[in-house]
Amino acid sequence: MTPRNLRPFIPIFSVLLALGLGSVVIAATGTNPIEVYLRMIRSTFGSGYGFGQVLFRTTTLVFAGLAVAVPFRLRLFNIGVEGQLLMGSFAAALCGMALPAGVHPLLGVPATLLCAMAAGSLWAITAGWLKVGYGVNEVISTIMLNFIAQAITGYLLTNHFAVPSTVHTPAMVPGATLPGFDQLLGLSWHAPANLSALLAIVVSSATAILFYRTRYGYTLTASGLNPEAARHAGIDTDARILWAMAIGGAIAGLGAGNLVLGYKHCFESGLTTGAGFMGIAVALLAGAHPVWILLSALLFGWLDYGGLTVNTLVPKELFMIVQAVTILCIISFSAFFRGRPAK
Amino acid sequence: MDGAHGSARLSGISKSFGAFMANDDISLTLAPGSIHALVGENGAGKSTLSNILYGLIKPGSGSIEVNGKQVSFDSPRQAIEAGIGMVHQHFMLVPTLTVAENIVLGSEQTALFRPLPMRNLERGIVALSRRHGMEVDPRALVSSLSVGGQQRVEILKILYRKARILILDEPTAVLSPPETEGLFGTLRSLAAEGRSIMLITHKLDEVLAVADTVSVMRRGRLVGTMPAAAATKVKLAQMMVGRDVLLRADNPPGESGRVVLSIDNLNYATPDKRRRLQDLALKVQAGEVYGIAGVEGNGQSELLSILRGTRDPEASVSGSIELEGNPLWSLTPDRIAALGISIVPEDRLKNAVIPELGIRENLLLGRHAEQAFHRGFGFDRERLACETERLVSEYDIRYGAEGNPPLSSLSGGNQQKLVLARELERPGLRLLVLAQPTRGVDIGAIEQIHRRIIEARRKGVAILLISSELEEVISLSTRIGCLFEGTIRHEFSEREVLRGRLEGSGFEKEIGLHIT
Ligand SMILES: Nc1ncnc2c1ncn2[C@@H]1O[C@H](COP(=O)(O)OP(=O)(O)OP(=O)(O)O)[C@@H](O)[C@H]1O
Ligand SMILES: [Mg+2]
Repeated sequence: MTPRNLRPFIPIFSVLLALGLGSVVIAATGTNPIEVYLRMIRSTFGSGYGFGQVLFRTTTLVFAGLAVAVPFRLRLFNIGVEGQLLMGSFAAALCGMALPAGVHPLLGVPATLLCAMAAGSLWAITAGWLKVGYGVNEVISTIMLNFIAQAITGYLLTNHFAVPSTVHTPAMVPGATLPGFDQLLGLSWHAPANLSALLAIVVSSATAILFYRTRYGYTLTASGLNPEAARHAGIDTDARILWAMAIGGAIAGLGAGNLVLGYKHCFESGLTTGAGFMGIAVALLAGAHPVWILLSALLFGWLDYGGLTVNTLVPKELFMIVQAVTILCIISFSAFFRGRPAK
Repeated sequence: MDGAHGSARLSGISKSFGAFMANDDISLTLAPGSIHALVGENGAGKSTLSNILYGLIKPGSGSIEVNGKQVSFDSPRQAIEAGIGMVHQHFMLVPTLTVAENIVLGSEQTALFRPLPMRNLERGIVALSRRHGMEVDPRALVSSLSVGGQQRVEILKILYRKARILILDEPTAVLSPPETEGLFGTLRSLAAEGRSIMLITHKLDEVLAVADTVSVMRRGRLVGTMPAAAATKVKLAQMMVGRDVLLRADNPPGESGRVVLSIDNLNYATPDKRRRLQDLALKVQAGEVYGIAGVEGNGQSELLSILRGTRDPEASVSGSIELEGNPLWSLTPDRIAALGISIVPEDRLKNAVIPELGIRENLLLGRHAEQAFHRGFGFDRERLACETERLVSEYDIRYGAEGNPPLSSLSGGNQQKLVLARELERPGLRLLVLAQPTRGVDIGAIEQIHRRIIEARRKGVAILLISSELEEVISLSTRIGCLFEGTIRHEFSEREVLRGRLEGSGFEKEIGLHIT
């Protein structure tokens, strides 16, 4: 129904509509929505601290969004990013604990990140394997794997690894941590934003190249659009499913780079704050395009942190409603326009 | 109900896609009680016109009158309410539901949770189908039906919705000759009750056999309408293409060489133990076309899936199948392609193309492993564009847009030409397997495609041709094997085929005896 040249603007319309509806919710409680949004903008982009907070949240969301986008190339819904992120973070924390105290960062950081990627990958590939081998729907298996990841990390944390009478693991060795921007650039943001923000940009570009510029990306696209024809063309679609899940899981695991290596330096209960689920919305808004995911993650990161800063104007629960309404709007609005058959 | 009379008048219909006129000022009248055939080259605009009448596409200009009333449809739903029904070439049935359930689907007329009066429905369906000579079991699952059976369900579905104007877009492309006969009986009986029928087809013999009126389209324009009785095949072909058409490509006998493909004792049983191939044996030599004549469903699909390396892993198979002495068993499709084997599958949309991607990307499909297209980690886009351009002009693939339009915007026949071009041009081609290569292709393009096939044969390619089109098998094949229930029941030697070609319909009958 929609003319081709209008398509790129759909996400923008969706965001505007969502912000509009959010305003209605805010106004309904007797607060001036414009004041709320202005305050949000001032407190986020107006200060180094605010900006650093937004950047930090955005970084996790970029990884989460990409972790959804890669399997989605094959029309697989990776609802399991949360679990993959948890497993990755836990593995990273353990690895960072176990490394010798004096390890050089050029060795310690890659090793820790690899551990995180491997753990996330393993978790995701389990769903891929269930799909390829037994035809288990990946939505169901990834949701279940989320629960299992939550339970495993919770159990291991409280019963084996937590520092007594706390809910976090011991700190990692310094050689396994990523420096924050303060340290790196001599700023005084005092915000958790760290070097992994750059890693996120690199990974998103690499994903874009993989999708649109490589032969492997072509075979992924083909397998996603018409698996039957792809098989006939000699593309091993089962292998593609396993790989897409593995890559998605590994990217989810990289989220640990931001949360664990860059910020907490340990694993802590409640570490992920649902970023894995938010990744689904991030990817959907961006049409699963790796580069647009940067922007879409920025929007969600801003909403996430901005919501906290207007606490005095709008109760926290209410702002959660605004966030949820925004996500719902964006998703349904884009689906409404995109989802129709071409004719 | 005021009977089943239906009529439609299209006046001055135009439709353009971008700068390209797919329909240019077309006026056409569908009279009650008549079968109106619409013929024309691939891309002439036939499907576009029928989609406009069915409300799928909005015309740029022009008006439509149905049963004397001016109409303007925004969606097929309105067209259906106005009494128009369409059978698409690709059926839109739910395979897991029964025939009766499929027929009422979308027009259930009861309260939400009340069970449907299935008994009555089934009785009604049987009565309706009997009256028009269609054999169906309302309780059968659609997935268990043959193609012809599914098509009957589609027709019943639109009759159930009281359609008085029926549009059929290439309904006979997938039917066997007896099924086609059956369909025509049905159409005549439907027309006799006053309905009007628009029949789109590429088979001119059918037009002459069943239609009352015939309209010819060329490049978006209507070039003529005449009573079918006044038309001849040659004249129609000429009007369609704008030049004289050789109805049968010149096929001089050639030299056959070494055996390229040899199949021996091939057996195939489905997971539920139904035997689809039984001791199948045949050999295809370099420089010959081995034609397999047979009604669809006699093991062709299974044979193809084995050749292609995509057979159902749970099926049980035995026997030998070799390419120049090397077993093809257990090779994956990419390895098979790398050996120089090209396969044009019967179901183009499902197996051979990706409609959402551009024609360039589709040209690459199955040939993406070829070094010549590679650059770095990706593809050599310039080279790909050049190659596409070359094939598009050499194989006369026509489409409106510039650049790299999505494959889905090409007309059906032009999509098929693209697939053929891709497979025929595979470097190092040794074995070419063609299943229904000219399905949905117009008569002028058939001539070209046949010439290409003969050319490939003369270059020493071994060709296995699987077709339900007897005329095609006869005019192209060096030898002919008659496939019946999974086995070659009779084989005609080169000499017999050469003699038969001169004989005409007598030879077709003779083959017909071996395949039914
Ligand atoms: N959505 C579209 N966008 C651009 N061009 C289109 C679109 N749909 C059809 N066309 C073009 O319009 C022309 C007519 O197409 P149409 O499908 O009506 O042909 P046809 O007569 O049915 O051919 P065939 O016999 O091959 O099925 C073609 O050249 C096709 O490329
Ligand atoms: Mg058509």
